[in-house]
Formats: sequence, C-alpha cells, structure tokens
Amino acid sequence: MRELIVKGVRVDDTFAEAFEMRATALTITADAAHWARQAAVTMTGFGTSVIGCGCEAGIDRELAPKETPDGRFGVRVLLFAVSTTELQKQLQNRVAQCVLTSPGSACYAGLQGEESLKLGNAVRFFGDGWQISKRLGGKRYWRVPVMDGEFVCEATTGLTKRAVGGGNLLIMGASAQPTLAAAEAAVKAISAVPDVIMPFPGGIARSGSKVGSKYKARASTNEAYCPTLRGTVNSALDEDIASVLEIVIDGLTREAVAAAMRAGIAAVVKLGPKRGAVRLGAGNYGGKLGPYHFHLKDLRP
Amino acid sequence: MKPLVLTLREQPEQRLDLSPLVPHRLAGKTATEIDGLELQTTRRRVTVGDVFRIAPGDPQGMRIENACDRLDLVGHGMAGGEIVVEGDVGNQVGRLMTGGRLTIKGSVGLWAASGMRGGQIEIEDTAGDWLGGPLGGEMAGMRGGVVVVRGNAGDRAGDRMRRGTIIVEGNAGNHAGSRMIAGTVIICRTAGSLPGYLMRRGTIVLGHGCDEWSPTFLDCGVHDLVASKLLAAFVRDYSARAAAVFRSPLRRFAGDTAVLGKGEIFCAER
Repeated sequence: MRELIVKGVRVDDTFAEAFEMRATALTITADAAHWARQAAVTMTGFGTSVIGCGCEAGIDRELAPKETPDGRFGVRVLLFAVSTTELQKQLQNRVAQCVLTSPGSACYAGLQGEESLKLGNAVRFFGDGWQISKRLGGKRYWRVPVMDGEFVCEATTGLTKRAVGGGNLLIMGASAQPTLAAAEAAVKAISAVPDVIMPFPGGIARSGSKVGSKYKARASTNEAYCPTLRGTVNSALDEDIASVLEIVIDGLTREAVAAAMRAGIAAVVKLGPKRGAVRLGAGNYGGKLGPYHFHLKDLRP
Repeated sequence: MKPLVLTLREQPEQRLDLSPLVPHRLAGKTATEIDGLELQTTRRRVTVGDVFRIAPGDPQGMRIENACDRLDLVGHGMAGGEIVVEGDVGNQVGRLMTGGRLTIKGSVGLWAASGMRGGQIEIEDTAGDWLGGPLGGEMAGMRGGVVVVRGNAGDRAGDRMRRGTIIVEGNAGNHAGSRMIAGTVIICRTAGSLPGYLMRRGTIVLGHGCDEWSPTFLDCGVHDLVASKLLAAFVRDYSARAAAVFRSPLRRFAGDTAVLGKGEIFCAER
C-alpha cells in the first residue's frame, strides 16, 4: 500500500468506508451540570456498536443554559441505528430507563429532522393517566408526575436518514503508551466537532473487527491488525508497530464525519511519531459495501 | 410598500361587520372594489367608502384609524399579514383567526379571539367578557394562538378554551378559565371569583391570587417546576410581566374536581 508521510507520520493511501444510518438527537437538561451529564452518560451506555447494542450512542456536546429550552445546563446526545424501527425502540427504552429515572432531568428534541420519532409520546404512559400535555408555540411537551416533581419531555424529536456511521481511523504506534496518547489527542480534537460521536469507550476501540468468523458470529477480531499475530497471518502491520487503536465516528451528515476525521488526523500528526503514532490507516471493505469513502489523503493537514 | 389605511370618518349609526376587511380577502382588490364592500348589520346598506377614508396600500399591512366600539368582527378569520387598529373596537375581534398579527391600540368588546386557531392578538387596553370564548352552541372556544391583553379582562376569559395561550397583564373578572378543555391562561394580577370553574384540563396561572377560590380545587403544595421555566421562556416574547410571574415557586391547585379535575391553577405566593 502506498503511503504518504506527513510530519513523520505515515498516512496510508486508503479510505474509511462508511454506511448510511438513521439517527436522532436529544437535549437532556437537569438542575445541575453533573446530573445532566449523568443522565446522558447512562443513556448512552452500552451503545458502542449496532452489532451487539442495537444502536450507537454518545454525547455530542454540552450545552450552556441559554442554549436549552428550559434555561438549565444541558447535554446533547446522538443515537444511530440501522433502521427507524430499531432507533425508535432504542430511543424509547433508553429515555424511559435512563433519563426519566435521573433526578431533575428533562428531555427535548435535539434535531429538527424531515421525519420524527416518538419521545414524550412514548414515555408519557408512565404517568398512568396523570400526565399533562402542554403545547407552547409549535412544540408539544408532556409533563409526567414523578417523585421529585415532574419529568418534562418533548413529544417528538427529529429523525435523519442521511446520517453516516463507520467513519474511522486506525492509529498505529510503536508501543501501547504513545499509541494511546495519539488516540486520546484525536478523541479530544474530534470532540470539538459538532454533530458527531465516537461511540466506543472514551471514544477508542482496541478490538477492531472484521465481518464474519470461523464460528457462528457476525464479527470477529481483525487479525491483520493484531500485532501479536504479525508473524502468523497476512498482517497489515509493519515491524515497528506494536499497538493499534481505532476511533469510530458516527455523524449526522457526511460533512460532519469528514470534519471529525480531518480533526483527528491533524491531532495525531501534530503529536508526531516520537510521542504518538507512527502510522495512520483506516478500515474498509474494499469499497463495495459502504457508499461513503473518506480518503485519508484528502483529509490530511 | 406602505400599508392600506382605513380612517373612520365618524361614529357609524349602526354596528358594522368588518369581517370583509382582512388581508387575505382584500388581496388583489382595487381601491374602488374595496370602497364598495358592504359592512352593514341592518337593512340599511353601508359600504367601506361610506364610513372610511381609504389610503390605498398593501392589505398585508393594514391600519384602521380613528376606530370606535361599533366596529365588530375586526380581523375575522384573518389568516396572515397584520392589522393595526388605532382606537377601540367592538365585539368578536379576531374571531376564528388562524394566522397573522392583530394589534388593537384600545379596548375591545365581548368575545375577542373567539374560536381563534392561530396567530397573535395584542389588546393594549381592556377586553370585555368571554375573551377567547365560544359563541352559543359551539363546543370549544379558543383553539390556538396567543392573545395578550395589556389591561384587564372581563368575566369568563378563556371559557371552553381548548389550546393556545391567553395573557392578561391586569386583572380578570369572575370565572376565568371556566370550562377549559386545555390551553393556558395567565392572569398577571388578580382574578375574580372561582377561577377555573368546571375546567377539565389546562393551566391557569394567577400572579396575585383571586377574590374567591372554588372549594373543588385541591391544594397540591408549592413547587418549582421545569414546566414553569418552559412557560416563562415561551411568554417572555409576548409579555415580560407574565414571564415575571414564574420567577418564584408557584402553589399548585388541582381541579376542577367537580368535573374531570385534571386541570391546574398555579398561584404565586405573596
């Protein structure tokens, strides 16, 4: 594979292959910032991959009180799934179990999409007949009585069918510590990009997968990028690479994913090969499965 | 483009029906055609030209000047644009309005905003009885939109209201929000007797309590709710005085338990 060298970091001439997804966004607020964060973290937990979690979920950004409908501190959360039905199911279950239950929380639409998903319209039944609808301007809210007062939830939130899932970067280093430092730098840079999430723990996946398995599983370890198998399999790794970490990026638009990858590449390159990664790559399936191809050479600084 | 201006020559001898004089019904009409529109409510024919001086302009931005309380049905069925009235008007101002903005720089008579579905009405002085209410035989009163009364309102403000928001910056008469089905009525100062009389659902907010509470409303205690913050944020664009009512926690009364009982009255603690 041809590679470019940018400030000492080898950048593979390859691309990340991404897919169309359904996505929605929520604004979660609470009386205190840490409770809004807590509700968001709980709701997006176990939301790393659609393969096993039903959806991919994460925190987009934190919102100042002046940016939220009720003037309290807020957090914007994004959810991605492969179908509208699954997205609705995940949204309903996660809001009901993780946001409704969180002290002082409220939940609002975080996206004005071409279509809508049920938000309060699904959760309102928890009120057992005591729920109250309130329409203000063009928006409808449900007020559900709960033990600390009321859970306020907007009736619907937007759905986009133009979301993109599976943008990714493979960060390769000479040992674990600098590789993790490079991945952390990339995560920090991507966190500042709006409309994207990195659904894996802390934004980083250490167990990149390939499609299929010798067993009855949909995915299995990507042995070509496992450094301990370098001498055993048809490895994609050079001799100076002993650790690989992946950052997976889902975005509400193609442009958002491209901006996130660009920010991640820039951060890794800025850190340099001595303190960070020696090589950058991306995962794809030969370009035949996903309609979106993000070429690293187009996104490098 | 300058607005269409209609200036009342003198107080008319009979009450006039101004329902033809709304932007969407005047669109495309010449000054001569407008001049010939009939407004009478008796057998004696009266046209626009008989009672108004017309300064041609864009009917999407109308002004009615030197108005008086014999002008009924101003802004009837208005769907868009703007009407500004200098002076008082009569009954049923903004009835069945669905959009646009109607400003009355004076007082209005009975049944203002009756059956209103959308848009905004601002009344700079007082409103008569049955603000937003239904006419005889109608099942629901106001069904959307926002009405702001800078002065006082009469009895039965918000009667049978189904949706929308009424803000009264002054006092309201007896039975404010009577028979409400849903929606929001905010009385910034004092309501008369028995607010929320027979209300089923909906929200009434009282800035300074009322003259007499209905015994069929149940005290649910003082609360600082997120819903108050949403209401305050919504009404702030229309009335700073109404938004100020939500600054402190409000006492919630549930009722009217003489009927369904799923309505509520929020009352500021003084």
